[in-house]
Amino acid sequence: MSEAGASAVDPIHQFHVKVLQPLDFFGVDGSFTNSALFMLIAAAAVIIVMLIGTASRKIVPSRLQASAELAYEFVADMVRSTCGEAGMKFFPLVFTIFMFVLACNLIGLWPYTYEVMAQIIITAGMAFSIILLTIVYGIYKHGFHWFGLFKPSGVSPVLLPFIIIIEILSFISRPVSLSVRLFANMLAGHIMLVVFGGFCVMLLGAGYAYLAPLPLLGITVLTAFELLVSVLQAYVFAVLTCVYINDALHPGH
Amino acid sequence: MATQGAEGHAAGTEVPAGHAHEDVFPPFDSTYFAPQLIWLALIFGALYVLMSKIALPRVAGILTNRKQTISDDLAAANKAQQDAAAAAAAHEATLAQAKAKAQALGQQAHAEATAAADASRGTLEAELGAKLAEAEKKIGETKAAAMANVEGIATEVAHAILQHVTGKPADAAAVAAAVAATKA
Repeated sequence: MSEAGASAVDPIHQFHVKVLQPLDFFGVDGSFTNSALFMLIAAAAVIIVMLIGTASRKIVPSRLQASAELAYEFVADMVRSTCGEAGMKFFPLVFTIFMFVLACNLIGLWPYTYEVMAQIIITAGMAFSIILLTIVYGIYKHGFHWFGLFKPSGVSPVLLPFIIIIEILSFISRPVSLSVRLFANMLAGHIMLVVFGGFCVMLLGAGYAYLAPLPLLGITVLTAFELLVSVLQAYVFAVLTCVYINDALHPGH
Repeated sequence: MATQGAEGHAAGTEVPAGHAHEDVFPPFDSTYFAPQLIWLALIFGALYVLMSKIALPRVAGILTNRKQTISDDLAAANKAQQDAAAAAAAHEATLAQAKAKAQALGQQAHAEATAAADASRGTLEAELGAKLAEAEKKIGETKAAAMANVEGIATEVAHAILQHVTGKPADAAAVAAAVAATKA
């Protein structure tokens, strides 16, 4: 098999980071990669919907403006129902997270594009930043009381040390689970798509052309499923962000 | 933002490193952690600023504006409806008033006409009564006069009959008394 053929079937190949423009930020490698390119495209897509779509400020909205309003109200309801009215100061952050993840996932579904959220460093970077923000804001807002988050009320003193240890562990695992959930979902989905595509190619190559439509049908179903997963994971990421922000706003069980 | 001078240096170090890590599972390839994080921070930061400073306030403004417009329009429609209802009520009231006035006018005219008719009938009746009385009086006078004449004639006739029957002139006074007695 040629190198191109191998890369077409190799499901991992699609996740390779390629340097498009080597750059250096004060001695740190800041190369512009395909990952950065697709983050930029995703951000541009969000900007098109949210800024260009709303530029005319119509009372009766255009399609693009209606999408922008829909996104706004969807995320605003999410934040309000999870964090209450006090959480609305984090609404721009949650909104940006949701739209950015959603745009990355949806754009990544197109053939020949790149799935940014299948890079653990991206999801981990966002997840740890969010948790760091909730810790800093929680301590800033509630001072020492914020640590009450780790001490559930109504627990017998004998069990309390264990419960506190469990609570701390579960808190520490939050950024890990938040980042791995999104990363693994996108990674697995995109591997599945390429694997099924590879089946198609291999069946054709091996002379079983009449069987080749079966994995093609599989890809079709999987693509629809991945569309669901893309939106759902963006939603889950945003909702969990809201939940963690809510813990910073209202610590204590 | 980026230092273009370091391009050659970065290219020199990164490209072989990428090849060296070819066997590593790409998402776990730490070679590209730093550039991805840097670009994530840059792009996400810029997007956050654009969203929080421009896009979201604008959408919030659009939604508030729409809500305001709808409630204003609804209020205006409500007011117009109330105005229409009030106008209809006023119209009804005017109509009823005019009807009542017309009825009153009709009744008044009727009463006046009745009164005038009554009055003229009264005068006419009184006039007729007076005329009747006068006529009756005249009849009475004429009758009395006639009756007086009749007495004279009767007395004369009686006198003549007596004279003719008896052959001698009758006592005029006795005849007159007898006629008067008969007449009574």
